[in-house]
Amino acid sequence: MHREPRSREFYVLAIFFALFVVFLYGPLSAIVVLSFQGPSGGLTFPLNGVSLHWFANLLETQAVGDFGGSFRRSLALGLMVMVVTVLVSLLAGLAFRRKFLGATPLFYLAVASLVVPSIIVSLGIGVLFQQLGLQPAWYSSAFGAHLTWTLPFGVLIMFAVFNRFSPAYEEAARDLGASSWQTFRHVVLPMIAPSLIGVGLFGFSLSYDEFARTLMTSGTYNSLPLEIYAMTTNVTTPVLYALGTVTTLFSFLVIVATVGAIFFLNRRRTRA
Amino acid sequence: MVAVTESAPIATAARTRKPGSPLAGLSAYLQALPLFLVLGVFLLLPLILIAIVSFWDYDFAAMYPDFVTFNYTETLGSWVTWKTYLNTLKFAAIVWVITLFVGFWVAYFLAFHVRTASMQTVLFLICTVPFLTSNIIRMISWIPVLGRNGLVNSALVEAGLVSAPVEWLLYSDFAVVLAMVHLYTLFMVTPIFNTLMRIDRALVEAARDAGASSWQVLTNVILPLAKPGMAIGTIFVVTLVMADFSTVQVMSGGQSASVALMMKNQMSLLQYPAAAANAMVLLVLVLIMVAGILRIVDIRKEL
Repeated sequence: MHREPRSREFYVLAIFFALFVVFLYGPLSAIVVLSFQGPSGGLTFPLNGVSLHWFANLLETQAVGDFGGSFRRSLALGLMVMVVTVLVSLLAGLAFRRKFLGATPLFYLAVASLVVPSIIVSLGIGVLFQQLGLQPAWYSSAFGAHLTWTLPFGVLIMFAVFNRFSPAYEEAARDLGASSWQTFRHVVLPMIAPSLIGVGLFGFSLSYDEFARTLMTSGTYNSLPLEIYAMTTNVTTPVLYALGTVTTLFSFLVIVATVGAIFFLNRRRTRA
Repeated sequence: MVAVTESAPIATAARTRKPGSPLAGLSAYLQALPLFLVLGVFLLLPLILIAIVSFWDYDFAAMYPDFVTFNYTETLGSWVTWKTYLNTLKFAAIVWVITLFVGFWVAYFLAFHVRTASMQTVLFLICTVPFLTSNIIRMISWIPVLGRNGLVNSALVEAGLVSAPVEWLLYSDFAVVLAMVHLYTLFMVTPIFNTLMRIDRALVEAARDAGASSWQVLTNVILPLAKPGMAIGTIFVVTLVMADFSTVQVMSGGQSASVALMMKNQMSLLQYPAAAANAMVLLVLVLIMVAGILRIVDIRKEL
């Protein structure tokens, strides 16, 4: 292929892009480095020795509050939100392929779910549970609050996927005598599987990091982001950074595993 | 919100239904039902309840069903409220301008200057990953950078540029804007990138063949076609900034205010009707802004 030489515009923009990446990752790497601060070190540079002291400190419950418990709750909640987001978005995506009464209002309800300020959703669900005499909890009210944030993303992604999806494949399957379940299971599902994994990643990550919507809805037990937010005001040691490093590392692992799964599926499909 | 034209993809998709099957029509409703139920119970119902509660009376212990308007008159009659709204709008405007500028050039670079699709994917993922990590951690991470003894101040003092550490880097409006740009730029990059990738490259070639300079191609071809992406990015950024309380609280060190932060304080004092009145005003403001933006872009066509 003939390649024209790079213009000056390219180099200017490449430098701009590189600076943007440094801007994105720079501060994050600062707290990763500082989490290895020695036992006498503080919240800022320089490093007073290198140690795992603050990571060990994390595991002592009395030091930073209930880190283990809030992590388990956030993990369980994230998985619940992920499963429901994938299922409900997929069904809604299938529904929107047809014309049905109320399709447009439902679509704009989903968009509204995206633009309504989180704290208003949080307040509304909190008041709703209070008026119904229900005890808010992470698995009920916070679960619903998170879904109002993850579902619009899921629905919009499925909408985009089905916009580009040619009905010819389904027609071919049906012409060959497949039932509508067989068509879905063996034709549609394998083709949209990578997108579904993507929706799952969004559902999990958005829930795992969600904060404003959990504020009024988590009940007695904090989720991890709430625990961290509380720590920002009363913890003045690098244990805060250690927690940040651990949770960020966890998020990275989830992302890498998901992207890996998507690549694997895509490759298997193109090979087949 | 606003009148929309019937979207074409839905109409074409309708044709794929097996003709004459009585279940086909019903199944669309069954498939849409879970979405409707979740959003109905956890979005629509709470919003209706907030609207009702905003007219209720309250004291330090509980709220009482009533029809009073002082929650609104107190909120809208207070100079503090107006200042807080202005402050929030100021943050929204500044952050919008910066994220639009940065977001466009990043997306433009990815879409038009990166030549292979795999490189595009890799670079785009690099931009996306931080978005999937905790916002609060990303906020905190500015403290060792901007703080009094932080990296920037140490570097400035070391280089002899300033004699004493700069105080306004952290716990200031500057820090709030910087953190918001850090948190929200990706919401601008993604929709603009998506729109730019769908521009027919033949248009660019044609403009070049007709003698347009690369600056003219940019301003006369690419920018006008990128508007829908910019509009969607604007919806994201503006609504996120208008709803923000944690960034304002953490990064300003309690010295700046936003509407959502004011609401949060009312909620922690159990003044739910007052918070509800505030919520209604904020909600109407945000919906008007979004409706205005939706007039220039049909989201469903852009997906």
